Amino acid sequence: MAATERDVISTAKQNRVPGRQLVAQQRNVGTVDRLISAVAGGALTTFGAMQRSAPGVALAVAGTYLIYRGVVGNCLGYKALGISTAQPSQGIAVNKAVTINKTPAELYEFWHNFENLPRFMDHLQSVTVQDNNRSHWVAKAPAGTTVEWDAMITDEQPNSSISWHSTPEASIANWGTVRFEEATGGRGTVVHVELEYQPPASKLGAIVAKLFGEEPNQQISEDLRRFKRLMEAGEIPTTAGQPRGSRSMLGKLLSPSS
Amino acid sequence: MKALTWQGKNDVRVETVPDPQIINQRDAIIKITSTAICGSDLHLYDGYIPSMEAGDILGHEFMGEVVEVGKEVTNLKRGDRVVVPFPIACGNCFFCKSDLWSCCDNSNPNAWMAEKLWGYSPAGIYGYSHLVGGYAGGQAEYARVPFADVGPITIPDGLDDEQVLFLTDIFPTGYMAAENCNIQRGDTIAVWGAGPVGQFAIVSAFLLGAERVIAIDRVPERLQMAQQQAGAEIINFDQQPVLDTLKEMTGGRGPDAVIDAVGLESHGASPDALYDRAKVATLQATDRGHVLRDAILACRKGGTVSVPGVYGGFVDKIPMGAVVNKGLTIKAGQTHVHRYLRPLLERIQRDEVNPAFVITHRMKLDDAPFGYEIFKKKQEECIKVVLKP
Repeated sequence: MAATERDVISTAKQNRVPGRQLVAQQRNVGTVDRLISAVAGGALTTFGAMQRSAPGVALAVAGTYLIYRGVVGNCLGYKALGISTAQPSQGIAVNKAVTINKTPAELYEFWHNFENLPRFMDHLQSVTVQDNNRSHWVAKAPAGTTVEWDAMITDEQPNSSISWHSTPEASIANWGTVRFEEATGGRGTVVHVELEYQPPASKLGAIVAKLFGEEPNQQISEDLRRFKRLMEAGEIPTTAGQPRGSRSMLGKLLSPSS
Repeated sequence: MKALTWQGKNDVRVETVPDPQIINQRDAIIKITSTAICGSDLHLYDGYIPSMEAGDILGHEFMGEVVEVGKEVTNLKRGDRVVVPFPIACGNCFFCKSDLWSCCDNSNPNAWMAEKLWGYSPAGIYGYSHLVGGYAGGQAEYARVPFADVGPITIPDGLDDEQVLFLTDIFPTGYMAAENCNIQRGDTIAVWGAGPVGQFAIVSAFLLGAERVIAIDRVPERLQMAQQQAGAEIINFDQQPVLDTLKEMTGGRGPDAVIDAVGLESHGASPDALYDRAKVATLQATDRGHVLRDAILACRKGGTVSVPGVYGGFVDKIPMGAVVNKGLTIKAGQTHVHRYLRPLLERIQRDEVNPAFVITHRMKLDDAPFGYEIFKKKQEECIKVVLKP
């Protein structure tokens, strides 16, 4: 994000159990990907070994690597390219900052009405404020379903900070804090956001992971970028719905916007 | 409507596409009366800029008549004649408020993509790849103009399209390049590339008080235009060694400031230029840096290197030793067009400059593919093509 941004993302559980962090960092190949890799590796190794020639040995070596990749779930190529097809499996904890060219009071007022949050937070479908402290949240879950919970404001300092926490009966425990600090030299407001989603059971853990997609870090960055744009420009820039010329089938397949 | 679409390297086609609509309330729809092909469009045509998609509508130099405005656009009305700056800017962020319009925080919908390549995202630009927004461009009959309440400038009666069209890009771009040179009385400025931006850099350097301007190119008609229309001295780099000739022409001191108006596809037959070609061909570099290297080496001690030429990614073998040990200043940027619209329009109204001098070809939008071809191949003495939808 332009201006200032600081971010830390990790799975919540990893923070507490250092041993797991190592394993999770090495694993960057998803389940389906691993299965394909292992099966193809096995076939390649068998075929290569049957050739009894130099190219055959090379195939067998390549096949062995694919088996390793499938079994261990670590791909050196993905690592070099910074790719991971493995899903985060636990909770999410994010800490980010963005600088917005508005006063702390203007930003506080907008955020304090939680019903505004779905306008820029992509994983939320709606938030309904029930009374001064209590609100009902509906988040988008996979396959058109939703996850719902209630949250309470736990602390608020006018024009400075807001903290909220899901109620004890919520299926997904989550909490957040937003702080508004005047930037140096009158250059707007630095907005610090901390969010944590912490599921109790493994099934819900997968849902939490899917709420934020494969790149929760980027998705939350984009949420804050939308907040900034809504506040500064009054609208979120888009090209959705503009005209374009014809594309080949291949172009449609490769296009990120198709 | 008809629009020119990019279909791949060296392949642009005029197609019928849906008319643009108001999407956000700060949008306007413009019926285009004149639009131009920019030298930087050739970087797209040549496939040098990543993240283009087949079907993208090209063109970032356009003007026309307002036909529709969103609710938030109160300064424009139907029928107004406007010139549209090529960077899209919100007018409210830190960068717009700091007069750095091409650095707008809020106009690039694909900012994340640009951040991966450049660290932070610049403004969105019409018809110039998805890295800078993927906005449909203006080589078309109509265009959607976002943030229309801060971008377009209304053109008074009595000025024809050709006099003001280049306020969209190349006149301000040449002007900012010259302004970045911090020109002092008696200065000599060297300009690489006598294309349209180079021509406006020359004209602008004189407007800002330069005593001499030296243009470097190898295309005869471009050198001739630089000499006869813009008033520069010339060096043909196919016939003269550039660095030695510049040194001699400046009495052994070197030009006070140098302008690279060529960018990432520079030509040359020197060993470093051949090296660039090999590196780019093998995907070890994205941009060719021959002109930038020469400009840095030619510049006098304590001088300024101004770079209006487009670079997209990485350039190899930059003589950083020369930058440091000669104490050079490097200034660059996509043009903050909004900053220059009013003052340059006034210069045109005062007859200090008539930007139409660079136009060599006028054609219908339907003939745009032919325009791209002759512009790229420098056939028919093509320097600047204006299209009439």
